[in-house]
Amino acid sequence: MSKTYYDPADLRKFGKITEWSEELGNKFFEYYGKVFEEGALSAREKSLIALAVAHTEQCPYCIDAYTKDGLQRGVTKEEMMEAIHVGAAIKSGATLVHGVQMMNKVNKLDG
Amino acid sequence: MTKLKTQSLKKRQSDLANTNKQLEILSNGIFQNGELPTFKNKIAETNQFPLKAKALEILQINVGYMCNQVCEHCHVDAGPDRKEIMTRETMQQILDVVKTTGAHTLDLTGGAPEMNPNFRWFVEEASKIGIKDFIVRSNLTIIRANKKYYDLPEFFKKHNIHVVSSMPHWTRGKTDKQRGEGVFDMSIKALQELNAVGYGMPDSDLKLDLVYNPSGAFLPGDQASMEKDFKKALMEDFGIQFHNLFAITNLPISRFLDYLIASENYEDYMYSLVEAYNPMAVENVMCTNTLSVSWDGYLFDCDFNQMLDLPVNSKSKHISEYKSELLEGRNIVISQHCYGCTAGAGSSCQGSVA
Repeated sequence: MSKTYYDPADLRKFGKITEWSEELGNKFFEYYGKVFEEGALSAREKSLIALAVAHTEQCPYCIDAYTKDGLQRGVTKEEMMEAIHVGAAIKSGATLVHGVQMMNKVNKLDG
Repeated sequence: MTKLKTQSLKKRQSDLANTNKQLEILSNGIFQNGELPTFKNKIAETNQFPLKAKALEILQINVGYMCNQVCEHCHVDAGPDRKEIMTRETMQQILDVVKTTGAHTLDLTGGAPEMNPNFRWFVEEASKIGIKDFIVRSNLTIIRANKKYYDLPEFFKKHNIHVVSSMPHWTRGKTDKQRGEGVFDMSIKALQELNAVGYGMPDSDLKLDLVYNPSGAFLPGDQASMEKDFKKALMEDFGIQFHNLFAITNLPISRFLDYLIASENYEDYMYSLVEAYNPMAVENVMCTNTLSVSWDGYLFDCDFNQMLDLPVNSKSKHISEYKSELLEGRNIVISQHCYGCTAGAGSSCQGSVA
């Protein structure tokens, strides 16, 4: 058994999830592939969104995968870092906007 | 001025300057213990082994390993310290063959082909034969490297040369990281000069194509999307126009292999190549319609095999003894580096193939 919860080599085995539930696994990968095709958004834009979400989800596999995917698409490191800041801003904004709830509660209980 | 990135493996007396060492690495480890299939076994799965040469269409001539740059990933291990240069005698032998073959494309490469002292003579003589597509792979900076090269854009134009040039990225940082400090600015200037004489303009017959190869241990993205991004950025930032972008995969040989091993990316990179294997690309790999001629006149299935010292599997081994009937139908010599040409949309000196 691996001594850590995450092993970089496991990313290569992602496709194996279909072995224990073929239909659902296949449907997922079909959906996943479709999502990342060129559409109203370019595949490049989608790759940057995925990179930002990979960070907010703190998924090490996704971070490895979409950093490499970005490089393959010619995405620069400046673009990657800005995308991550977008994710971080939404994360921190989501925390802080709850401050209004706290303020509402304080005002109601102790206003 | 450009600042050289490094020295050739040969100059550094690196183990990898020995091609047997490279071939050993490509056959051992993950390919020996069965973790990954060998290229031979992989193509055999789809009944594509052995790969056979078809009729010759492209004759690629390496006129020497001397170059004014020392790019980090050069598969030729080229540089200013390399003295292997094609002689006029070998060039004459090539001209004699070109006259008799049905090859529609002549493709000059190096090193920097322009640094061969007989380069202009060879271009002039070959032009007279009337080749349909006459390519010179120019590294761009050579055009600005010395006064004696300043007129190259006009010289190319005079002989209707199809210019194909490397450009790893539309940003300075990524280009200079791979090709040396100052290379980006000189390349931009050279592209503007080529544009100025008519190269790369939308309706111009003076063809100017760019080659993109990744700056690190990853595969190239979709060629059409990359071309769109390159065109937009080069036009907006520098007013530069060009025709096509060829996305080429870095093959795990020579200085790129050295880089993969030193950066501990070798195994992951080989996995990426094998996972991206595309049997459709095998149908169109360039070795089946190309012959590569080395600076000393020997024949190879491709430029990569030339750099690995893997000669053609034929009795006709040298340009002086060229016989199409002996070369056509020959078995292509393969090893694990061949995965580089069959990954994703495939890769050749003319870009994607599938």
